[in-house]
Amino acid sequence: MLATARTFTLDGISARPVRVEVDVHRGLPGFAIVGLPDAAVREARERVRAALVNCGFEFPLRRIVVNLAPASLRKAGPGMDLAIATALLSASGQLEWEALSRVALAGELALDGSTRPIPGALAIAEAAREGGAEAIVVPAENGPEAALAGAIEVVALDSLERLPALAAGEWKPSRPEPLPLRLDAGSDRPDLADLRGQPHLRHALEVAAAGGHSLLMIGPPGAGKSLAAARLPSILPPLDAVEALEVARIASACGRLRGAVPGGRPFRAPHHTISPAGLIGGGSPPRPGEATLAHRGVLFLDELCEFRRDALEALRAPLESGGVAIARAASRRTLPCRFMLVAASNPCPCGRGEADPDCSCAPIAVQRYQGRLSGALADRIDILAVVRQPSAEEIGGAPGEPSAAVRERVAAARERQERRLGPGRCNAEMTPAAARGCALSAEAGALLGELYSRQRLSGRAHDRALRLAQTIADLDGVETIGAEQMAQALALRRRDRG
Amino acid sequence: MAEPRACPDCLRRAWLLALLGPYVEKIASGEVGSRSPELLRLGNDDLLAAAAPKVAAQLLGRVEALSEAHFAAELTAAGCWACCRHGDLYPDSLRDAADAPWALVGRGDPGLIDGLEPFGAVTVVGARRATSYGREVARELGRELAAAGMVVVSGLAFGIDGCAHRGAVDAGRTIAVLGCGPDVAYPAAHRSLWRRIGQEGLILSELPPGAAPWRWTFPARNRIMAALAGMTVVVEAAARSGSLITADLAADLGRDLGAVPGPITSRVSAGPNNLLAGGACVVRDAQDVLDAMLGPGMRQIDRRGPALDPRLTEVLTAVEAGESSCDGVAAVLGLSGSDAAAALARLELLGYVTCSTMGLYSRTLLGV
Repeated sequence: MLATARTFTLDGISARPVRVEVDVHRGLPGFAIVGLPDAAVREARERVRAALVNCGFEFPLRRIVVNLAPASLRKAGPGMDLAIATALLSASGQLEWEALSRVALAGELALDGSTRPIPGALAIAEAAREGGAEAIVVPAENGPEAALAGAIEVVALDSLERLPALAAGEWKPSRPEPLPLRLDAGSDRPDLADLRGQPHLRHALEVAAAGGHSLLMIGPPGAGKSLAAARLPSILPPLDAVEALEVARIASACGRLRGAVPGGRPFRAPHHTISPAGLIGGGSPPRPGEATLAHRGVLFLDELCEFRRDALEALRAPLESGGVAIARAASRRTLPCRFMLVAASNPCPCGRGEADPDCSCAPIAVQRYQGRLSGALADRIDILAVVRQPSAEEIGGAPGEPSAAVRERVAAARERQERRLGPGRCNAEMTPAAARGCALSAEAGALLGELYSRQRLSGRAHDRALRLAQTIADLDGVETIGAEQMAQALALRRRDRG
Repeated sequence: MAEPRACPDCLRRAWLLALLGPYVEKIASGEVGSRSPELLRLGNDDLLAAAAPKVAAQLLGRVEALSEAHFAAELTAAGCWACCRHGDLYPDSLRDAADAPWALVGRGDPGLIDGLEPFGAVTVVGARRATSYGREVARELGRELAAAGMVVVSGLAFGIDGCAHRGAVDAGRTIAVLGCGPDVAYPAAHRSLWRRIGQEGLILSELPPGAAPWRWTFPARNRIMAALAGMTVVVEAAARSGSLITADLAADLGRDLGAVPGPITSRVSAGPNNLLAGGACVVRDAQDVLDAMLGPGMRQIDRRGPALDPRLTEVLTAVEAGESSCDGVAAVLGLSGSDAAAALARLELLGYVTCSTMGLYSRTLLGV
């Protein structure tokens, strides 16, 4: 006898529909799964067999063939256990479920028949909704996560034993409460008040946050670079509902959404030994990398000079386009990755800086080290902040301005940008043409013009200064970029080598 | 103008030196104070006997076999020209030295050495591992001396040399003397500077095109730098440094010697401070150099910048006091980060401070 069930396989951060067809017929007892299953899917045989038996069902001693359609799509992960078990029960006549064709199922099974959570429940529920399913059955633990998908019935199933009751309509589970999307940063996140003194660094952080500009911090070890970067998400404007759902979807696909949505914007700080695939995503089926996990948040690259060159090169195109295109032989996926890039570096290999008489680095070593800062990725960096070892008085002094106060100014500046550029856009994304269209006072224009002619500025550096000045003007709440804003921008901009 | 022309014998000497590179390396290197200038005083036969006795005949034979057409073809292919001690273009100042190069291979404008008198050129040398202070002084000295019409001579090395060239090539004429063929960009990181000097200034060497640098070729080119200019200025140098060889060679030739004073605690200011103690001219700016070379007041440099308001003066004072970062200036003066940034940017535009690619500010020589 033949039965089918609908399920999904995770591909990147989206789910693709899979139809599970189970045929049970006379022949030598056996259990085969076909349709490009990966190792985890193939092992579903053992889990399904044990789960059925332990829940009091009979495992048919007949020839069982499970086909996962479409046959050309590679299926990965243990999330197909539940659909296979259900279709098998239906095919062997142990389960009468008239609505089975209108329901989607996803979940991993334990040997005792209870369900285990799977990654990507949110994406799967959304795909089920798009595919016209009436309900989605997911493991109990994934229920609140799947309920975020909105207009679809979500059944949080704790064990396979409940299936007959569910099919007969005797058990009507209540709809799980969707996970609360926390838009605010929450009080548990580190606060900018921890940054004492260091007025220039604070200013650079604020401008970077206000315009979405990428930031490079250079300073000796222990000067507070990592501390500052970790506090950047707390001064960014809160996520809106759409953005929060995007962030939750990525976290869900990576299995990082258990129990609660982490508050505020993501902050990712990968180690410098990371591979290109780890940074931008890869593999087959493609898995999101750190760049995607940092979507709508901050990607912090500490010790920028130590990162593999190919990894940094791979980050270039995603930085420009806000998406990672992963092309594999079978398919091509685009994963979202609109993040703010923050990098930190020591001034020289020993970390003291050339100006320090104790610096023991050879000139060629310093040159080579700093040369890595001027690579293609550094070209995308707008702001350079020199971080200096804070003095004892500063460290022992009063706490700095708290994040909430800074965030208010940043949010106001972002609002001005959105009014000018359109929703969700910020100054860092301005095209050269748009940058040159900024309203500029005569004095500000003269300052920029003088620098342009004196220091042989490149066209790109010219536009970078304009974008920064526009952000500072937005922070100051003025319509026209004045001389004061332009001067600040010129001091903050990253210097070209020459 | 005198044509760049060289006789085959002198050119053979240059090609012979390139062939002898590894052999001389073995006998010339050792402690600071290389023997290379003494070795280069020798004639071809004595030099071969000293450096490569076993293969002397073979090397000599190879060089003798080179024809005039071969030299011309190689020079043209490398975009170079040559002049020799028997020609008109060869600078008279080099003739003073017993170990003067027989031929000079040049790349760039031969007019820079045409009729070049010792008092028309200044050599600026110093440590490769220089501090930001040294770099800034070297750049300003280069810029102002070139602007005052001097030819600035240096060695294209990291640190002081490169900064002096950069300053000079922006404002006027500069000569880079290399320890390798003039068509070889060494150090490679200075390739863009090397290219620019080749186009707007002059690159000189006593080695033929394509010759590789050896340890001994650097002290050897130092003697050319010392002889070319009427005054050698040491900006920064450790106590036992190659720049001091140049200073010694200059003193031996009876040239003026200048040194830029530095902190007595700084390792790289020990060299110039020692020179000052030994009677070298104090060089605080380009005016000191001009006064020492041409006589006090013969040529004046006006270096006063535009007037500053009190806020900018305050910030400038902080930079003069040693604050190099925007953060440091803001903290010392109690300014907000934005005010400090704006003030520093204005000072930079007015020319009172410069900012490195690493974001550190330093004071220029521009007077208030």
